[in-house]
Formats: sequence, structure tokens, C-alpha cells
Amino acid sequence: MKKMAKKIKLSINGISLEVEQGTTILEAASHAGIIIPTLCYHKDLCIAGNCRVCVVEIAGQKRLSAACATPCEEEMEILTNSMNVHNSRKQIIELLLSEHNADCTSCFKNGNCELQKLASDYKILKQDFIRLVPFKNYTIDKYSPSIIKDDSKCIRCQRCVRTCAELQGINALTVAYKGDQMKITTFFEKPINDVVCSTCGQCINHCPTGALVEKNYIEKVWDAIADKSKHVVVQTAPAVRVGLGEELGFGPGERVTGKMVAALKRLGFDAVMDTDFTADLTIMEEGTELLTRLKSVLVDHNPEVKLPMATSCSPGWIKYIEHIFPDFLEHLSTCKSPQQMFGALAKTYYAKARNLAPETIVSVSIMPCTAKKFEAARPEMHDSGYRDVDYVLTTRELAIMIKQAGIDFVNLEESHFDRLMGESTGAAVIFGATGGVMEAALRTVYEIVTGREVPFENLDIIPVRGMEGVREASIKIENPLEEWAFLDGVELKCAVAHGLVNAKKVMESIRSGQSAYHFVEIMACPGGCLGGGGQPIPTSPEIRRKRAEAIYAEDTGMPLRKSHQNPEIVKIYKDFLDHPNSEKSHHLLHTHYTARERF
Amino acid sequence: MPGIKLSEKTIGIIQQICSDFRNEGSELINVLHQTQGKLGYLPAEVQEVIAKELNISVAKVYGVVTFYSFFTMIPMGEHPISICMGTACYVRGSEQVLAEFKRQLSIEVGQSTPDNKFSLNCLRCVGACGLAPVVMVGDKVYGRVSPQMVKNIIAEYKEGCAAEAKSA
Ligand code: SF4
Ligand code: SF4
Ligand code: SF4
Ligand code: FES
Ligand code: FES
Repeated sequence: MKKMAKKIKLSINGISLEVEQGTTILEAASHAGIIIPTLCYHKDLCIAGNCRVCVVEIAGQKRLSAACATPCEEEMEILTNSMNVHNSRKQIIELLLSEHNADCTSCFKNGNCELQKLASDYKILKQDFIRLVPFKNYTIDKYSPSIIKDDSKCIRCQRCVRTCAELQGINALTVAYKGDQMKITTFFEKPINDVVCSTCGQCINHCPTGALVEKNYIEKVWDAIADKSKHVVVQTAPAVRVGLGEELGFGPGERVTGKMVAALKRLGFDAVMDTDFTADLTIMEEGTELLTRLKSVLVDHNPEVKLPMATSCSPGWIKYIEHIFPDFLEHLSTCKSPQQMFGALAKTYYAKARNLAPETIVSVSIMPCTAKKFEAARPEMHDSGYRDVDYVLTTRELAIMIKQAGIDFVNLEESHFDRLMGESTGAAVIFGATGGVMEAALRTVYEIVTGREVPFENLDIIPVRGMEGVREASIKIENPLEEWAFLDGVELKCAVAHGLVNAKKVMESIRSGQSAYHFVEIMACPGGCLGGGGQPIPTSPEIRRKRAEAIYAEDTGMPLRKSHQNPEIVKIYKDFLDHPNSEKSHHLLHTHYTARERF
Repeated sequence: MPGIKLSEKTIGIIQQICSDFRNEGSELINVLHQTQGKLGYLPAEVQEVIAKELNISVAKVYGVVTFYSFFTMIPMGEHPISICMGTACYVRGSEQVLAEFKRQLSIEVGQSTPDNKFSLNCLRCVGACGLAPVVMVGDKVYGRVSPQMVKNIIAEYKEGCAAEAKSA
């Protein structure tokens, strides 16, 4: 039991309340149903207290205090809406706007911007301050395939800097210069595409304004759909179905799988299929790779084969390891991410089955992720003979298209994925949560090796679930089938990490030889893909928890919950790929990695 | 950014300074200080070595170097020329003044003249806004500078030519 903290009595706007010691004024106010506006504050991050829009008046104190950074004290009398507070807050917003390029109507964040909302709530109708924008030399960085950084929209709240440091442990972004020249930038103000950035998009997800946004490909996709000579195929990642609803009238954690499919069909995609199918395929390929590696190390003592094997489905993680741990690339599974497997198959297997010329296929993916935009643009992702995935849209971009098309999403009748690459299992959908790939892999690998189901009730491998930054689990293999006799008695050691700051911990423990893992799952984003940089804004710890519950509920509700049971997986091996890790699989579904600079 | 290749010797000097401070990230400012003392300035390549040695991100190093005005990222000429680009100066035309300096000296910001006599640099508000636009040459402050004055300012520091400039 948590020790009971000391209680403190205070009043806010005349309402008396009691809170635990250490509670900030901001938190206490929200208990009392009072909303204090914030900008630099974010539930995921350390408190910076630099924007000052959250100022409140404390009786007996001349200076106003920042509610986010001030702990409650006994007998405090706080006013959150005195004339003094009102005027100061308004002035702070006006000052921010005086150096802000507020062309809201042509801003990607129009309608979903915290600064715009404040300006609207406080009705900043005239500007008492000089407009400084014409005198500033702002830069817009559009070179990355994933991220656009527009300094003219930046309010220097530093949420992005803290995100990149605290959640991702990278520090690609920094505060440079000071005073009125202060800016958020990279090393030597290089384009973000040329520095250690993983392209995870967490900074985008945490930015209150339009200063950091995804590069959007909405118009390109509309063009492709409108082009009668093209056959446009779309795939949807596991985490999209538990996030999309938040943009379209549902609460966090509401599953909208069937409506999402119906909406995609209405948008005019020629085939709506599922990344979950290739998630199942990933399990077959990656599980087999793991077993092959185990054999090479444990039986053949081949020093060239590395353990632990690390998952490779998170392109943010891939770019990170290429920059920060380039000497560990051999540990990565050679499997492409499910998105790229799907892309390679869409223009080969699917094209053949449907009698389509691959060059007429446009392959689009809907992802909770901005790193997938970078991944799709990697030069090695052309194994079908064409660019395997043409356009990657975030969950947010899909929501925009659905709104543009005038679809009444809430009342939409549900639909089903198209066949061939549309069937999936519960093992695939949990790819969207941290620990899910591990769980899915164990469900299949354990069964391949022993002929029995994993020894967990209802197939739920609870130890790998949850939101702890690093989780460890092990599973002992007993009475394996003949072929796997060398694994008898082996305790398969696994680790799961999410958020790159945790990935770093795992990698450092592997480097130092402290942990003898066989298999590690790493996801770049907190919570896994459900908390991806392309998911609806805001994302917070509670929202991630709700999306995770939705993912596991979706898994439980599936008739099939193990990847190897997926009938379309059985079919693709029979008709096209032969067997996992076959030559054809290697050509289409596997890849290699590139060591990159550290800055 | 003009790529410089650091010599083994220079890298050795930086590594030595870092290890004098136990390669601790928290000693960054001291390390930068000493390094600048030895090398004169802190270009990108030097910052990269420091980041690597202290195991911190280069962006962080850059943030600190740009925050403190006593750090410089460019080699100083004999007469370092700094043009204030703070808001007050900018509004009163410091950009045109800068353009004139660039034209007269045929160098860009962050460069020195081939004879190493002059280097060109931009500053943030130097706290003399009343005199805007402000230019500094070494320690000397020039106020209300117009592009027309640039030629004469440069001439003051060109030995031999000074007299000629004055009579012009
Ligand atoms: S960032 Fe917000 S306030 Fe600024 S232009 Fe965009 S929508 Fe408007
Ligand atoms: S880019 Fe966004 S998150 Fe970063 S400081 Fe600017 S406004 Fe804040
Ligand atoms: S995309 Fe990720 S790694 Fe890149 S700057 Fe943003 S938070 Fe940092
Ligand atoms: S939200 Fe409190 S200071 Fe920014
Ligand atoms: S802006 Fe140039 S001195 Fe203040």
C-alpha cells in the first residue's frame, strides 16, 4: 500500500478542498472542476513552467504564480480568475501572438491547436503589441519525409525538446540562443532529416501548435484515387482502429475497426486490406528466424549469429539503433516491418492473384506513425520492383480525409476487410501495444517447438503486458518436439521496452553483458504504436491505457488468436512463399540496415 | 557549413581536456571554455568531438555554445566585426549594414578575410538599442550605422589606407 501522504486544506475560487501534499495548484484546481489554461505543461513531461499562461493569484502574494509549477500549501487561498489573472493571462497570450505567424487558415493545425484555442477563448481581437513577425528570420524545414518544422509557429514552450530528451533519450532538438533570439533547433540548425532524429514523431504529438507537424500526403492520395488508371490498395495498422475514433466523435479506447473499413471503402480505395495480415506473417518469419538463430548459437556455436534477436517492426527504433548503436545491427531481425511486407506483397502476390499490372497499383498505408513515412521512402524498400509503399498517412490524416468526404462516421454501418490480405488473428492486433509482438511471437513459437499452447490462461501472456518502461519475462521450454530437442529445459529470456529512453537501457545492459536475453521487443513510442507519433492529439498516459485496453479486448474477441492459424497465412505459404524464411520470403520480406552518424 | 577536418593533434587536445574533467557531461561548460582557450573557437567538428567524449547529444552542446555569448563558433580575425541583429537594430536597418560589410569585405557571416584581418559575425541585442543599428569592431561600439558609413569604418582598421579613406 502506498503510504498516505499528508493532507493539505486550501481554497480555490472560494471552493474549499483537501489535497495530498505535493499536489500542484493546477492538479488541485482540476479536482475542483476548475480548468486553468496551460501551454508548456504536458502530462507526459517534466514541468518546465516557462509559458506562464497558467498564472494564478495567491492571497498575500504580489506576484502571480504558475499553477503548473507551484505546489499547494496549507491554507492557501487561490484565485484563478481574478481581474489581475485575467489581464495578465490575456497579455501573455497577446505577447505570444505578437511574434507568431498566425495564418491559421492555411495552417495544418487549424482547428486542433492549443494556441488558437486560447486566442479564441480569450478573444484577442486587437493587437496592442508590435507585430514582430515581419522582422523575424524564421525557417521552415521541409526536407524530412516525415516531419515539417516551422519556426514561425513555435511558441518555445519546449515540449518537443523535453519529449525528445525525456521520452526518447535522444536530444535531437535543443534550445539555442537566448532572449528574443531563442529558438528550438538541431545541431548547427541542420535539417531535422540530417541529424540523429528517429522520425518517431513524438515531438509532433506533443507540440501544442503547428510548429511541428507530419508531412502530409492527403492530396497525393486523393489524386491517386481519382486516377481511373490506378488501382489503389490501402492497409491499416493495428493501432489505428483504437485511435481513429478519437478524431471522429468517439472517446479514447473505442474500437472502430468496422467503421474504419467502411469509411475507407467510401473514400474510394479499390481494396481495403489489413496490415494485421502481414503482422501475422511477421510472426511466422520472425519466429522462424528466432528458432534458426537459437539453433545456430546453442547447437552450432556459430559466433557470427547474434543473440538476443531484436524485433524490427518499429522504424523509429530502427533509425535510432542505426544512429546510436550501429555496432548492434546484427542483432536486429532481418524482417521488414508489417507495413513494408504488405507493400512488397501488394505489387507481387496481390497483383498476380488479381491479374493487375503492378505499375498500376498505388499502395497506401494508414499508420499511427510518422517514422513509417521515412521507412517507406528508404531506397532499399523497392523489392517488388517498384516503390513498395507509395504513400503513408497518419491516423490524423485519415481522419481529415474522412471529414473532407463528408462521411458521418459515427453512424456508419460497419464493413469487412477485403480478402487475400485482409484476414488476421488476435496475435496481429496486439502488435499495436507494447509487448504485443513478443506475446504474439511466443504464442506461435512455443507451439511450434512443443506442439502445445503457451502455458498461460486464455493465451494471455500477462507478464509482457503493461506500461512499465522495461519488462522482463521468461518461459521455460519442456518436452519439446523431436526436432527441437536442443531447446529442452531452456529458459527463453525476453525483454520488452517502449519509448527509446527505455530502449537505451536495454541496449546498454546487453552491451555490458549483464542480461542474457534471447529475444527483445522494442517499440520507439511510449505504449507502443497505440501511442505513436501519428496518433490523435492529445495522447496522455490515460489515453494510452484506454487504447491498450481496446487492443486487448479486440484480441480476446477474435475467433483466431495465433498467427499460424490465419487461413490466409496458410494460403500465402502454399501458393506463393513456400515456407517461412524461404528464398522468396528473403527477397520480399527481409531487409538489411545502414549504420548512421551520431549527430 | 565549411567542413573542416580536425588533425589528430587537435582531437588529442580536446580529448585531453575532456578527460581532465572526467568526461562528465555536467562539466560541459568548463570543457567548452578550456577548449576555446586552446583552439580559439568552437566549430561544429570540435563540438562533435566534445559530445562524443562526454557522451551527450551534439544538439545539447550546440545549445550551450549558442546560449553564452563568450563562446564563438568562428575563427576571429584580427579585427572581429559584429553587427547587432537584435530586434531594435533589425528594425532600423542592420540587415542593409550587414549586406554592405559582406560586399566590402567579400566574405559571408562566419568567415574571415583571407589576410585574417577581419571576421564578420552577427550578435543578438548588445543592450545599446538607443544607438541602433549598432556595430562593434573589437571592443569599439559604433552607433546609428548606415550602409554609407561602412567603408569608413573598415578603413579605420586598414593600415596605410586610413589616410586615404579619410581624405575621400
Ligand atoms: S499554430 Fe495554431 S495559432 Fe498558429 S497559425 Fe497554426 S493554427 Fe493558428
Ligand atoms: S516546436 Fe512546438 S513543442 Fe517545440 S517549442 Fe515550439 S511550439 Fe513548443
Ligand atoms: S521525431 Fe522523435 S527523435 Fe525526432 S526530434 Fe522528434 S521526438 Fe526527437
Ligand atoms: S503551463 Fe504553467 S507555465 Fe506553462
Ligand atoms: S537590438 Fe541592437 S542593441 Fe538592442
